[in-house]
Amino acid sequence: MPELPVEIPIPTPHQAVFIMVAVATSVASLLVVTNRNLFYSALCLVGALFGVAGVYVLLEAEFLAIAQVLVYVGAIATLITFAIMLTRGIMFGTTSPNNRHMFAVMSMALLVFLLVAGLVDRVPWAVAEDLTLSGDGKSLIVDLGWEFVTTYALPLELIGLLLLIALVGAVMLARDDE
Amino acid sequence: MVPLQAYLTLAAFIFSCGLYGALARRNAIAMLMAVELMLNAVNINLVAFWRYGPNREDLAGQTFAIFVIAVAAAEVAVGLALVIAIYRSRKTVYLDEIDLLQG
Amino acid sequence: MNEVANTPQDFLPLLVIVVVALAVAGIVIVLSVLLGPRRELEAKSEAYESGIRPFADTRRRFPVQYYLIAVLFIIFDIEVVFLYPWATTLHNDALKKVSLAAMGVFMAVVVIGFVYEWRKGALDWD
Repeated sequence: MPELPVEIPIPTPHQAVFIMVAVATSVASLLVVTNRNLFYSALCLVGALFGVAGVYVLLEAEFLAIAQVLVYVGAIATLITFAIMLTRGIMFGTTSPNNRHMFAVMSMALLVFLLVAGLVDRVPWAVAEDLTLSGDGKSLIVDLGWEFVTTYALPLELIGLLLLIALVGAVMLARDDE
Repeated sequence: MVPLQAYLTLAAFIFSCGLYGALARRNAIAMLMAVELMLNAVNINLVAFWRYGPNREDLAGQTFAIFVIAVAAAEVAVGLALVIAIYRSRKTVYLDEIDLLQG
Repeated sequence: MNEVANTPQDFLPLLVIVVVALAVAGIVIVLSVLLGPRRELEAKSEAYESGIRPFADTRRRFPVQYYLIAVLFIIFDIEVVFLYPWATTLHNDALKKVSLAAMGVFMAVVVIGFVYEWRKGALDWD
């Protein structure tokens, strides 16, 4: 049997799932920024954010995946949908969804992607030799909890302050004062 | 195992999509959605570097990603409230029509 | 393939459910496009109001209270994200006080916002 000139790599299940998730996420995020209908954009955003949650699962950051679904898919997507419904009416008009710099920006974004993708392949990343995770997901969440109340206690309080300011600001801005 | 570069390339693609959307879309809500995409791309990078980095006991990558999610939520809440307030007074959400400060 | 860390594999049932759900939805849509008759009627394009003829434009604006409720939801959603890992730290008796104090301040700050929104009457639906 003649030897194949190029060895075709057979993806492991892990890699196959990654390819599926990556393609789905990429297509969804492309649709978010190209769709003319804002409502479809929001739906595609939900898909893209869900795909990112899948990427977190593949990276074995399960808690982040849960947080992603809880906050992004559950709350932020709802908020965006509400905002679309609050400002709709002129949304489905015939005007262009893109501004006049569209093609310049498109080529720039493409350039940024090619540049970063090229760099990613050339940089010698300090990847660990042994990629197994010590401990299970449960101990990881406990560690995360400790990080929040010890090393990152000050950032945690600042996040609390930020959330307070955001809540007050959103109420002040959005409230009808008639 | 999937190589680190695959995750970084995926994140770069999502970031570029977000960059395009944030600069080219006229609708303020569409722009905010694109910003969300960019933040998510950054988060993928943070978690990927945590997973592939030499010190996985150090959870800085994951902690930072959670803080980014929290900041993104606050940003969306205020940003969309701004859009609603502008819509109420100017009856538009198109960014190139909001030019009151332009001379 | 990483053999020791087994957690992504634990999510396989979830992936199967997503794939099955997408497949079923796709099959149903494709079948209805292929097999269903297509007749354009005026009644069909009207908004469905449980049999009553629509008397106003359905694309009217929503009251802003929906948005304010959603903002409250998002803030406390974030709080839950921080509370969940924090709750696991309470088994350690020696450092329980530090842990409780750190989260107590955080929650107090966030609850101030809730009280503000409540007092301001932003939650009233006149």
